Order: sequence, then C-alpha cells, then structure tokens
Amino acid sequence: MKVNVYVTLKPGVLDPQGKAIHHALEGLGFGGVADVRAGRFIELDVADGTSDADLDAMCAKLLANTVIENYRIERP
Amino acid sequence: MKTAVIVFPGSNCDRDMAVALEQVTGRAPAMVWHRETELPDGTDFIALPGGFSYGDYLRSGAMAARSPILRSVADAAARGVPVLGVCNGFQVLTEALLLPGALMRNAGLNFVCRTVPLKVENSQSLFTASYNAGEEINIPVAHHDGNYFADAATLDRIEGEGRVAFRYADAVNGSARDIAGVLNDAGNVLGMMPHPERAIDRAHGGTDGLRLFEAALGVLA
Repeated sequence: MKVNVYVTLKPGVLDPQGKAIHHALEGLGFGGVADVRAGRFIELDVADGTSDADLDAMCAKLLANTVIENYRIERP
Repeated sequence: MKTAVIVFPGSNCDRDMAVALEQVTGRAPAMVWHRETELPDGTDFIALPGGFSYGDYLRSGAMAARSPILRSVADAAARGVPVLGVCNGFQVLTEALLLPGALMRNAGLNFVCRTVPLKVENSQSLFTASYNAGEEINIPVAHHDGNYFADAATLDRIEGEGRVAFRYADAVNGSARDIAGVLNDAGNVLGMMPHPERAIDRAHGGTDGLRLFEAALGVLA
C-alpha cells in the first residue's frame, strides 16, 4: 500500500528556501507569486492494514520534526 | 576522566574533538561508533562532534538522533553525565529532544564559515565557568543549518532559566534572539553551533575554546 506523507513548515516559521525559490521565480519573470513555502514529500510503501496510529507515529518520531514542521498523511 | 566521542558516518570534526579532549585530560577519548549500544564503562564526559552525519539526510542530525548509541547517551545525560554537542552535535541533541528547539537553514542561505564573536550569557554552568558573564569570546563557526528556532514561549522560558549559554554578538545565521548555545534543564547538556575545539591552540588564532574544555573537564588553569 502506497502512503503519501507531506511535511511542511509550520505557519510562522521562516522558510529561507521558499524565499529563495520565490526570488528565483521573480527573476524568471513570473510575477504574481505572493509567497512560496517549500516542504517535503515522502512516499511510503507499507504493508496493507498498517494502522493510522502506526503511520502517525512514524511521522511524529522521525519523518517530521514537530518543533518546526506539520505533516499530513494521505492514504489511498 | 574518561571521555567519549560519538562517531557517526559523516562526522568530520571527531578527530579535532578528540585532540581537544586529550590535550586537556591527558588521555585519549574512546571513539564510539554510532552502532554501539553501550558507552564504555565509567564514561564521564560525552562529546557529539560536528560534521554531516548521514549526509544530513531528512534533516540535519535527524538520523543520528535515532541511532543505537543515542539511547545510551540519553541515559547518561539523565544520570547527569556532561554531554557537549557541537555544530552537527547540537543538531543531533535537538533532534533527540535532549535540548529544546530546532536548527534550520541559515536565514541568508549561505554556508557561514568564519570566526565570530560570542557573548557569554551564562558563566555558571559546568561548561562555561571559566568565562565571565557578558565576556566576549571568539570561536569559529562553519555551518549551513545553524538558524536556531523555538517558539516564543520556549525562548522566554530558556532565557528566564539562564539556559542560553552563548549568543552571537552580531547576527550570523538568523537565529532566534541570536542564540548560539543552549543548556538543558539540568545544565549538564550543552549544544552550540560554534566550534570550541577549533580554538584551543595559538596556531588556531585563539584559545577561547580551550577554556570551555578546561571548565567542563574540571582542570581549570
């Protein structure tokens, strides 16, 4: 079973990489971009029937640093 | 004094740390590989060195913080054994939740590699007792992810509890409140981005870092 995990910086946490991407987009002539936030996408291939609790624990214990990041789990 | 340096794949300041520890104690530290599960018996000082453990995969320090030896390091820290994390070692300590906050990409996005002035905020800790409060010292930094972040309540708490050991005298990497080094609640765990082991000999351009090891290892000059 493929599970998608999206890790994103919490609102209010400065994202220097997002800012640099934003500037680069503007440099390429793409106006009208108000903001860019960069995150991480992780695809897990787990055993069918892996529980929500286990997936949540994987995120909380390793895949995201909950001091600065939020995560969202997307099951098929 | 039995010291230990934890070595991860990708550590690159482990030998500099070992030189500093041996110079002060007269005895070479045990170099402990990350897959070990136990520290040598009687270890009474642990150093987590700088570098790029596991290639900074996932997040700086994230993989190292989950390596087998870190359980023993956490147990030792809980018993009061002094633990010093420098640069990547600081990142590992925050990822292991032994210290509050997180270290993010430098605000300017540049890798910063130069000697910077630090202000000693707490001169009472076991690591900083050889300094005077408010004293300015010069220690090299070399990092990409040194931008210290914690929420405002955590920052207020650690400042109120005297747990900010060092601040950058000038902005270096965007760190919240210019924090360069943080102590744990009990004061026996210190994480800092600057490298004291790179300032222990006149040939390094200064010896301000040596005083940290002299204080922490109980051999004050």
